[in-house]
Amino acid sequence: MNEVKNNNIILRVENLTKLFGTKKTLAREMLKKGHDKEEILKHTGVTVAVNNVSFEVERGKVFVLIGLSGSGKSTVVRCINMLQPPTSGKIYFEGQDVESFSKSELLDYRRNKVSMVFQSFGLMSHRNVLNNVAFGLEIRGVKKSEREERAMEMISMVGLKGWEYSDISSLSGGMRQRVGIARALANNPDILLMDEPFSALDPLVRQDMQFELLSIQEKLNKTVIFITHDINEAFKLGDTVAIMRDGKIIQIDTPEGMSSNPADDYVRNFINSADKAQIYCVRSIMQTPTCLVRTRDGANHALKQMKINGVSSAFVVAEKMQFVGILTLENALKVRAGELAYQNAFIRDLPTTTPETHIADLIPIAAEASFPIAVVDENNQLSGIVTKASVLASLI
Amino acid sequence: MGGVSVLEDWLFKFPENIYINIKEPIDGAIDYMLRNWEPFFDVITKVLRSMLSGIGTFVELIPWWLLISLVFIATYAMSRKILRAILYSVLLFFIGAIGLWDLMNQTLTVVISSVIISLVFGLPIGILISSSKRANAVVRPILDTMQTMPSFVYLIPAVMLLGLGNVPAVIATTIYAIPPVIRLTSHGIQQVDVEVVEAAKSFGATKAQALFKVQIPQAMPTIMTGVNQTIMMAISMVVTCSMIGATGLGTEVLIGINRLESGTGFAAGIAIVIVAIIMDRLTQGIIREESAPNE
Repeated sequence: MNEVKNNNIILRVENLTKLFGTKKTLAREMLKKGHDKEEILKHTGVTVAVNNVSFEVERGKVFVLIGLSGSGKSTVVRCINMLQPPTSGKIYFEGQDVESFSKSELLDYRRNKVSMVFQSFGLMSHRNVLNNVAFGLEIRGVKKSEREERAMEMISMVGLKGWEYSDISSLSGGMRQRVGIARALANNPDILLMDEPFSALDPLVRQDMQFELLSIQEKLNKTVIFITHDINEAFKLGDTVAIMRDGKIIQIDTPEGMSSNPADDYVRNFINSADKAQIYCVRSIMQTPTCLVRTRDGANHALKQMKINGVSSAFVVAEKMQFVGILTLENALKVRAGELAYQNAFIRDLPTTTPETHIADLIPIAAEASFPIAVVDENNQLSGIVTKASVLASLI
Repeated sequence: MGGVSVLEDWLFKFPENIYINIKEPIDGAIDYMLRNWEPFFDVITKVLRSMLSGIGTFVELIPWWLLISLVFIATYAMSRKILRAILYSVLLFFIGAIGLWDLMNQTLTVVISSVIISLVFGLPIGILISSSKRANAVVRPILDTMQTMPSFVYLIPAVMLLGLGNVPAVIATTIYAIPPVIRLTSHGIQQVDVEVVEAAKSFGATKAQALFKVQIPQAMPTIMTGVNQTIMMAISMVVTCSMIGATGLGTEVLIGINRLESGTGFAAGIAIVIVAIIMDRLTQGIIREESAPNE
């Protein structure tokens, strides 16, 4: 319809609609008449996944689609690379109608232009890291030596150098997603489609990965279409953010624009949830204590533990993991020298917190504390510790 | 009053006047095949006979000490347990020691032939029904029938059409043993993580590339379980097949039954069990190696 107004637009989605079910014609008529998603599902059994969505993505920018689960955001990206053919509407990649591609053109488009990163990684457990990353190139028929060289390059870029020949099963979640990203980048695509890539990761690992993605994006200047349900992630990464609800886009704007000018209450509520300290509780940032001793262990064991872990204090627990206090290096040395009884050496009056405490409520305690804060459950059992650093990191 | 009793009969006994004769049409069909499809069955018989003689020659070519050493090496390579490797070798040696080595070779010939045919047909059929709902709807009831139909039932026509001997035995064994490899191949491919298959597609894999580079390798542990089951079921058909003239350990069991010689029967029975255990453990070992990286 419109001639390309802006050469910088790499992808344009026009009136995209995707229905799942058999009685699609009836459903489409109901949609036109303005019936909503639930009514249509009830009458026709058709799910309206995406409803008349239009947007444009600029080259080299990060476009974030945000919405709750079931809002249709995953379906939108799957339409972009035609894993799901659209029911109606158009998708233009550099002005070409994606749906009009022949079979071989479509393969070419997937092999060279768009690559995807998946929520649960989508890695192949029968291949090692290197062969996972080289998969896209292998499919394309790139020579073995060439594709391995390229894969090695990508692996070291995502910080996994030295893990090339490891099995996927030996990697942590964060490392697996690094493999997923390396695999997508190995094809040197124009667009990176990322379907909730960090949702399955721990909050701290997630922050690392967000940072990593931003630095990779800066280096390679790829266009990224990023899906998330986390408004903080959206605002942190997105040049433009589109918020989806029930298959429709409610607002498209820059993060600033959206915060200062939310289109409706739904958007406003979404943005209000952005203050992390309010929504995150201690459970999401606590760590396992690295240095743990029992009341019966004695000072020598405690000193050995501190040495192994390279810390200057140990958490002391009673038989059933009941939290007792902290033993400092200083006191432990005193016990060994015979200047102090072991039982009296623990610092007992310490602030504790629970896994359900909101981080906002923890900030004043963390500010005062000179040791990591013990996280205990209702039976006073030690379930983890929270360091000052992790409280601060969660706020960024 | 008479009317009531007729009604009662009808309620409590299946009405005698309703009777559909399916025996005669089946006999007729077999007769028809016998008369008109002879060339076809001749070809099958010839192909199977040459396959059997080829495999038989190969099996006989392997000297006893080599087979025992191979079992020893394979067991040790898979389990890293020297005692287990020695145990299996001794068990195999025992079969020779009780005078059943040649019969075991004959049994192995039938079993191996049936397993090869089962895999040649079973793997592609399994792959086909994993991706096609329609093929699945057709094949599944056939598999159910094959697994539950008592094998004696199809032994009769098999003998009529193919004669006595190892050839009908291979066909009967294949019918009995092929369902697990088909089912588990299909099941294995279907249960591959959706996102992994999507990932393959999203990188521009063709259907064949996705199948051979991703789906089949990912399904390999399950497929190998199917292969293992097929081998076990093939071995379990040995005695049944001896009734239609298959040679081997089953014949000994049959002789034991006919002459009421418990010793003869047990000796052959023990040999069958030993063969089954060794084959099971060796294929299980392969499965474990296949699935090790998935843990």
